[in-house]
Amino acid sequence: MEILNIILLVFIIICAVSVSLTKSLLTSIVIFMSQSLAMSVIWIMLESPDLAITEAAVGAGITSLLLFVTLKKIHAIDLQKKEVPGHGEDQE
Amino acid sequence: MAKTRNDYENSWWPRFVRWLKNGSSALDDAMYGDLEEEAVLPDAPAGDAEKREAQWDERRRLLLRDEQDMYSQVHAWSRSKGAKLAQWFYRVTAVVICLGIIWMLLQTAAYLPPFGNPDNPANNEVSRRYIEQGMQETGAVNIVAGMILDYRAFDTLGESNVLFIAACSVLILLRISSEKHGGDAVAQLEAEADDRMYEPKNDLILQRIASFLVPLILLFGVYIIMNGHISPGGGFSGGAVMGAGLILYLNAFGFRKTERFFTFKTFKVVSLCALSFYAVSKAYSFFTGANHLSSFISPGTPGRLFSAGLIPYLNIAVGLVVCCTMYAFYTLFRKGDM
Repeated sequence: MEILNIILLVFIIICAVSVSLTKSLLTSIVIFMSQSLAMSVIWIMLESPDLAITEAAVGAGITSLLLFVTLKKIHAIDLQKKEVPGHGEDQE
Repeated sequence: MAKTRNDYENSWWPRFVRWLKNGSSALDDAMYGDLEEEAVLPDAPAGDAEKREAQWDERRRLLLRDEQDMYSQVHAWSRSKGAKLAQWFYRVTAVVICLGIIWMLLQTAAYLPPFGNPDNPANNEVSRRYIEQGMQETGAVNIVAGMILDYRAFDTLGESNVLFIAACSVLILLRISSEKHGGDAVAQLEAEADDRMYEPKNDLILQRIASFLVPLILLFGVYIIMNGHISPGGGFSGGAVMGAGLILYLNAFGFRKTERFFTFKTFKVVSLCALSFYAVSKAYSFFTGANHLSSFISPGTPGRLFSAGLIPYLNIAVGLVVCCTMYAFYTLFRKGDM
């Protein structure tokens, strides 16, 4: 149990760092989702299932959905699609 | 000798001294120089008016060119070196601020009491009272629900209102309305067409999965809300789950299907009814000094579905507000309307 806890905490730290270092906005939102999911497992292990349900529904679900819709609204997803595959990651 | 003097005047140190004295930059110096020269100009041999006019035009053209040259020099600096310098400064400051915040937070974490220690300051008489007598006093098996919807119902009312206010501000910012001003109808149609372009049209996989999952998700949300006082969960988490289910349904089947049961009017009516029910049912506690929260509905048998006084009904109200708000956020972000 202790080992799982440590693994999840390290995973969260890695996610939090890589969210800010990722160039692609879409990827960073997906990483943010996975971070929320790991956080909800940690809430269960801390014996607060209320928070776990809320974190899974709001953090992993609705917040990421709103971010996705915002990306679509500012046409950030289309730009990534239209770019040349050769240097797609370099430009935002 | 004069040339040396001139060179000295143009070197960086006297320019720095002049800048210190006058507070003017190189650009200003050049422009003042031009002005002085211009002042000399009227002493030129007086010709006829046309000749002087032509001279003045020429002079003006040259001045303009000089000025443009000067500007392009200055901007060239800010474009090449200045931009690099600013970027470097920005990065170094970001790293320094980040490290400072990390250090501060780690220092704070070092002062926190150890997790699960019985002598922690959080384990005082308040939490002891909640744990020992919460179930008798509120009738809720889930102590958390008893706390947030009975002892601290006022806080939860504030939280629901915060969500409602957030939905209102999103409405103000993002809603494209055509009800009163006829001019916005075009914008609304455009937004709808834009939205339809990205909408998954008749995506069979999504539709089949959604028709299987959405009822389960909605049922699970209702379960979480209704059992908020018995098992973990409550109005907020259940409402969020239900909102997510509605959003999935909207994504699979489009606005035309959801508009049959959820429009802007539904959002208005449901939010208003739920919030005012909550406010009215808890308002009497303000008149009694905010500490007498016993209700005319008896707590009932702890563990039964219809027990714990007002808590299940308040849970339903909070859940409806949260569900509507989440769905409204999504539709407003997507289309600017519901």
